[in-house]
Amino acid sequence: MIAIIDYDAGNIKSVEKALQSLGEEVIITRDESVLLLADKVILPGVGAFGDAMERLNEYGLISVIKKIVENKTPFLGICLGLQLLFDSSEEAPGVKGLGILPGKIVRFPSDRGLKIPQIGWNSLTQPNKGRLFKGIDDGEFVYFVHSYYLMAEDMSDVVATTEYGVTVHASVERDNIFACQFHPEKSSDVGLKILKNFIDL
Amino acid sequence: MHTIRVIPCLDVNNGRVVKGVNFVNLRDAGDPVECAVAYDRAGADEVVFLDITASSDGRDTVVDMVREVAKKLFIPFTVGGGIRTVDDFKVILREGADKVAVNSAAIKRPELIREAAEKFGSQCVVVAIDAKRREANDGWNIYLNGGRVDTGIDALKWAKQAESLGAGEILLTSMDCDGTKAGFDVELTRTIADAVNIPVIASGGAGTLDHFVEAVKQGHADAVLAASLFHFKELEIKEVKQYMRDNDIDVRL
Repeated sequence: MIAIIDYDAGNIKSVEKALQSLGEEVIITRDESVLLLADKVILPGVGAFGDAMERLNEYGLISVIKKIVENKTPFLGICLGLQLLFDSSEEAPGVKGLGILPGKIVRFPSDRGLKIPQIGWNSLTQPNKGRLFKGIDDGEFVYFVHSYYLMAEDMSDVVATTEYGVTVHASVERDNIFACQFHPEKSSDVGLKILKNFIDL
Repeated sequence: MHTIRVIPCLDVNNGRVVKGVNFVNLRDAGDPVECAVAYDRAGADEVVFLDITASSDGRDTVVDMVREVAKKLFIPFTVGGGIRTVDDFKVILREGADKVAVNSAAIKRPELIREAAEKFGSQCVVVAIDAKRREANDGWNIYLNGGRVDTGIDALKWAKQAESLGAGEILLTSMDCDGTKAGFDVELTRTIADAVNIPVIASGGAGTLDHFVEAVKQGHADAVLAASLFHFKELEIKEVKQYMRDNDIDVRL
């Protein structure tokens, strides 16, 4: 059973439905005991970094997430859920992220002639082979929607990058922690394969 | 490699797919879920549903539709038509839509854009603009209610205002070109696309493969949208994308 952390973030249903289409049992919850018992946990998210940290704090989920990670339960952050795993974001100066992985979230530079947010399909390059990317070749496309992007501190965590004026660290993995800036639940067959790889861990 | 999106639009009335030619004559043509999934298989990058249901009773059918589509469709989809309030946004997004397109209600009360963007994020707020060239040929005005009422507001001015209020994307339809298959209004598209820093979807007028290339190369569109052309298989999405790629436009193929 996979638990999706419910902290009032948008697009939770999309993740749920994608997992269900793969035959997985899913529960959306913020109940600590349920989250700690789940086989795997997903932190989804669309919205703003500062608000999201506030919600996680309000619902007492920060310590729960840290426990899940310490328990070595496979944990997947999606979109804002990736960003929250890091130390800080330019979107919310002064707000501390979960700090589970080292790195910072920065805004796309506005001087490259590119539209912000990045909305659309972009191809992936895989500097390190990630477990979520089993059977997925370099150059496959996934769907992104974001104005801020990850600069990971430790390149060995980075398993996928994409180019949008700058190099975006699009997916990271370390031990039981996984995260994608793009939306696997909205990335057609490639995305469903990534979610299947997570289910099969 | 960031790619230009090709987006089919499905007009929906009481839960069934139709396509209006110049927004008036409608032809019934199928189940929204099946159509959308078929478009995913055919290589669509996103799908837009435009709800044209008139009656308020019928409004619930769009929510049911969103719920059913979200179970089967794993590419992004936008729902527009008849969205009036932040609550309308909430219901549609909660059931699994990725974005909501707002048109007349935002013209009548621009703050709706800001409220929705603050609550749900700019990424899910699409401002749909129906623009028609002024008779003096010195620009375009925006129209209300599916293109029936001239607001007298300049399209460029409105697009910039929508951006500053927090819109994440602009869905720009040329009323002059819509349904003509004579090509997108490239000048309109470029005028808006160059003036804002958010993506612009060009809509209205696609009839040939070259039209899609023009919308991107000359119109600077970030995405191209067509309805009946794809719905009646006059052109296949893959064929359009291949042609765009042959013309040095990055697409997902």
